[in-house]
Amino acid sequence: MKKANRSNLPALIFLFFLLILWQFGAMKVDAAYILPTPIQILQKCWELRVVLLTVHLPATMLVTLVGLLLSLVLGLGLSILMDASPFWQKALYPVVVASQTVPTTAIAPLFVLWFGYGIWSKVLVTVLITFFPITITVYDGLQSAKVEMSELLLTYGASKRDIFLKIKVPCTLPYFFSAIKMAIPMSIIGAAIGEWLGAQSGLGYFSRRMMTQLDGAGVFAPILLLSVAAMLAVAIISLIEKRVVRWRGEF
Amino acid sequence: MSILDFNQVCYQYPGEDFHIIDQLSFSVEPGSFHCMLGVSGCGKSTIFRMINGLLPPKSGTIRVGGQSIAVQKQYCGYMPQKDMLFPWRTVGENLALPLEIRRGFSKKERRDRAAAALAEVGLEGCMDKFPVELSGGMRQRAAFARTMLTGSDLLLLDEPFSALDFLTRISMQEWLLDQWQRHKKTILFITHDVEEALFLSSSVLVVESTPIRTLREIPVPLDYPRNRHDLTRPEIVELREELVTLLRKQVKE
Repeated sequence: MKKANRSNLPALIFLFFLLILWQFGAMKVDAAYILPTPIQILQKCWELRVVLLTVHLPATMLVTLVGLLLSLVLGLGLSILMDASPFWQKALYPVVVASQTVPTTAIAPLFVLWFGYGIWSKVLVTVLITFFPITITVYDGLQSAKVEMSELLLTYGASKRDIFLKIKVPCTLPYFFSAIKMAIPMSIIGAAIGEWLGAQSGLGYFSRRMMTQLDGAGVFAPILLLSVAAMLAVAIISLIEKRVVRWRGEF
Repeated sequence: MSILDFNQVCYQYPGEDFHIIDQLSFSVEPGSFHCMLGVSGCGKSTIFRMINGLLPPKSGTIRVGGQSIAVQKQYCGYMPQKDMLFPWRTVGENLALPLEIRRGFSKKERRDRAAAALAEVGLEGCMDKFPVELSGGMRQRAAFARTMLTGSDLLLLDEPFSALDFLTRISMQEWLLDQWQRHKKTILFITHDVEEALFLSSSVLVVESTPIRTLREIPVPLDYPRNRHDLTRPEIVELREELVTLLRKQVKE
C-alpha cells in the first residue's frame, strides 16, 4: 500500500497544483455563481451532506447498479453469442458498433417521455452507454483463447462445455475486469445524464436544480461526490481483480 | 497385433485440389518408438492430427488398439509442439486437466496422481508453481507428464523439443528414452532433425514425397539403452548421410 501511495505522489502533487491555480483564478474572477472555488465546493458538500448522502447518492447509485447489471447481462450474452456463432457475429457486431453512433444525450429526453420520470428512463441511458464497451471487450477476451489449447483439450475428449469453462472463461477474465472498470464511470455518467433530463431525485437532478438557482458550488458538490463514488467503485473492483485474476498478459 | 493401423487413408484440405495423404497404409507395433521424419510442410503433422481425431479422414480407416478411432475417446496422448501449459493454472492443475475431462476422479485423487506424475518426470516440488516459473526443459517435462496422465498407451509427440536449445534438447532426448523404457508406451515422434530421429527411434518412418502415399520404414541398427557416442558409429553415420540426401532431394524439388 505504501508503495502505491509513493507512485501516486507525482499525480497528487500535480492535482494539488491545479487546485491551487483554480482557487486563485476563481478568487480573482469572483463570480461564485458560475465559478466557485474548490474550498467553496468543499464547504457546500459539508453543508449539504445529509441530503446528498441519504437521498440523492442512493438514488443515483441505484440507477447505476441496475444499469450496470443489465449491461453486464446484455454484454455477456451478446459476446458469448457472437463468439459461439459466426452468423451471429456477422449479424450483431455491426449493429452493436452502430448503436454507439446514436447521440444518447440527444435522444434521452425521448426515454423520459416513454418511461416517465421513474428509474427506468435513466437505466436505459446507462445501459445504452455501458453495454458497448462490455460487449466488445468481453468478445475480444473470448476470441483471445488459443485454438491450440482447445485442440489439446479436444484430444483429451473435451466437450464444448469443458472448453468454455476451462479455456474461454479464464482467458476472458482479465478482459472482463477491464470491461467493468471501464463501465463503472460510464454508467455513473449515464445515470447523471438521465437525471439531468428529468428526475425527482439523484445527484444529476440535484446538480441541475442548483444550476437554476445560480448556486455554482451547489452544482459542483454533487459532481464531486459522483467522481469520488466512481473512483471508490473502481478501486473495489481492482481489489477483487487482484484476488481473482492470477494471470494477465501473453501466453 | 498392431496398436496403430492406417488402412487406405486419404485426406484433402478444404480449398486444395489434391489429397495430401493419398491411400496411405501403415501400422505400428505396440511398445515401439518410431520417429516420423520429413521436411517442413510435408504433411507429417496432418497424419498426427488424423490419429488424434482433430482431422477426420476423407476415406479409409484408422484403428487404434484394433478399434476404429471414430468410436473411441482418449485413446492417444497428444503433445503439441508448444508445451501448451495453461498459464492461469499451476503446474499441478495443468497436469490434472486430462483427469478432469475424463471425469470420475475426486479432487484429491487428481492431485495425488498429478503429484506422482510430476515426481516421475523429476519435477517434485513444482506442483504449486506456475508455468512461467519453469525453464523450457522443465515445461516440456511437465507437458509430457500431462500427456502421460491421459492414460493412453499410444503417445503422439509433435516436435516437442524443437524450441529448446541444443544442450537442453539432447538431455531431454536421453530423458525421453529413459521414460519410454520405464513405461512401455508406444511413441510416435515427429521431427525434421535426422540425428534426433536416429538417436531416439527403433525405426524411422521417412516421408519421401508429398502427397504422402507411403512411409518408408528404415530400422536403426542400434540397441537400447543408447548413448550419444553410438551416433558416431560408421553404419549410423552412413545412414545419417543417406537420410539427409533423401530429405534434401525434396527440398530442392
